[in-house]
Amino acid sequence: MGIEIRGINKFFGDFVALEDINLSIPSGQLTALLGPSGGGKSTLLRIIAGLESSDSGTVEIEGVDTTNVPAQKRNVGFVFQHYAAFKHMTVAKNIAFGLEIRKRPKDEVKDRVQELLKLVHLEQWSDRLPSQLSGGQRQRMALARALAIEPSVLLLDEPFGALDAKVRKELRDWLRRLHDEVHVTTVFVTHDQEEALEVSDSLVVINEGRIEQIGSPDDLYDRPASDFVLSFLGPVTRLGDHLIRPHDIEISRYEQAATATGRITRWTRVGFEIRLEVTPDDKLHPDPIQVVVTRAEATALGLHEGDQVWLRPQAGVEPVRA
Amino acid sequence: MTTEIQPAPGATRKRRARSATSLTRSSGIGLGLAVTWFSLLVLIPLALVVIQSADGGWQTFRDTLTNSQTAAALRLTVTQALIVTLVNVMFGTLIAWVLVRDHFWGKRILEVIIDIPFALPTIVAGLVLLSLYGPDSPIGINVANTERSVFLALLFVTLPFVVRTVEPVLLELDPEVEEAAASLGASRFTTLRRILLPALAPAITAGAALSFARGISEYGSLVLLSGNLPNKTEVASVRILTYIENGNEAAAASVAVLLLGVALIAIILLQVLTNAVSRRA
Repeated sequence: MGIEIRGINKFFGDFVALEDINLSIPSGQLTALLGPSGGGKSTLLRIIAGLESSDSGTVEIEGVDTTNVPAQKRNVGFVFQHYAAFKHMTVAKNIAFGLEIRKRPKDEVKDRVQELLKLVHLEQWSDRLPSQLSGGQRQRMALARALAIEPSVLLLDEPFGALDAKVRKELRDWLRRLHDEVHVTTVFVTHDQEEALEVSDSLVVINEGRIEQIGSPDDLYDRPASDFVLSFLGPVTRLGDHLIRPHDIEISRYEQAATATGRITRWTRVGFEIRLEVTPDDKLHPDPIQVVVTRAEATALGLHEGDQVWLRPQAGVEPVRA
Repeated sequence: MTTEIQPAPGATRKRRARSATSLTRSSGIGLGLAVTWFSLLVLIPLALVVIQSADGGWQTFRDTLTNSQTAAALRLTVTQALIVTLVNVMFGTLIAWVLVRDHFWGKRILEVIIDIPFALPTIVAGLVLLSLYGPDSPIGINVANTERSVFLALLFVTLPFVVRTVEPVLLELDPEVEEAAASLGASRFTTLRRILLPALAPAITAGAALSFARGISEYGSLVLLSGNLPNKTEVASVRILTYIENGNEAAAASVAVLLLGVALIAIILLQVLTNAVSRRA
């Protein structure tokens, strides 16, 4: 159940947008398609919605093969990055659109629109035009419009991509809470790993038209299947001949069994954390190693710029071979 | 004449009073210049035509318009301009759509060709039409001296109006809006009726108004082909010229004022129509 994708291929001329995609998205979950721009994730989302057709393969939504069903009949809610608001209609009319098309009785439409306005906190904006709303409000309106038709799946294409950082963070939390309330199978596309890790139940990392890894945020962050996943999900540094996250390195001012040793050559403080650069003494690996410690740790260890330090992976961390 | 200039500064004062706080020195000068320019070029000549038509008194005005030949000319002009405008609304929108949404070989050439009726001196257009659809037509179609010649000439010169007004609006339309409508279950037709047309309506109206106004005033492109037969193919502008040639300037002005009124009514009606389309959506 949920969404079953089998053997999807998609070409734009010579360019391979998607290559043999097989993916099973469980019902009622919030799944993120994560990857760099141009990696094929939006194309996959549009194929699920029927806005784009695949060159081969099948898409099943809630047990029904929808491969050849047009977008109009898939009962899929789609939210676009740039809102795609109906500019000449009020907020209420925008939300009512899908219901009016389905020729639902007027009273029912009115009640449902009220309910959705409340859900997205736009009650007092119902008679405004989209141009009178802020970006965040417009996107909430677009979400209400997509939810109005009670879609079997909700698809969001970089929904917060056009918003500024603060609003993006708010809407992200809000989407998570909304999903806990509505429980509709949701797939959203993002290139922001923080957003994906924070909001989703499961993550699908897509790069160059192929799925790199599928798993929970913890799985992907702690047990990445490839260099790509490791480096895409967060900062990475090279310690000896392994790749490791900068905050997974144990640093000490006293001589100990270490993977590398060197001098602290750079000291940058960003809020509560301190980012260090250690230049190794080892002439074979002269690239500086990034280390992140909290301010409290730095004080406790008595670290200063220029100190000689010994580095090794923290206990329990398994670095990936480079 | 002084009495006629009065309304323009009066209007300025009224505008000033309303936005007194927001009008800076430079924008005040700007507004003054704009109004003076507009008055010199448009308002004063228009007012003069109205005065002139009143010169002969109400009697001349009524006599002119009830003259059967003039009435026939006015009828022909307005009917043909209306039909041409309707055709333009449909085909102009269609052409704009094809130019914006479709990609084909020779698109850029077509873009340029569309403007030819704009750029061509109207009498040259008349000559072209005469040689193609006149008595010596190489393709065997002769519409000379018939109503159809008027229709054809108007169609030729008004073709670009709707295309050129709709095109930029269509370019601005986000295809995602149509996709959003589709994902909500709207058929192509519903999307056209409820999403696209309301968005395009103001542009179509503007194009239609221009096309109609040009239609009722056209002279150069149709005189050669239509033959200017009284009661048959003579249009209002030709009628005005005839009156002037006969020294009856009051009558000429009367026809002019009526055309002015018709144009004004058309523009107002089209505006009302646009609002209705937008509201119904």
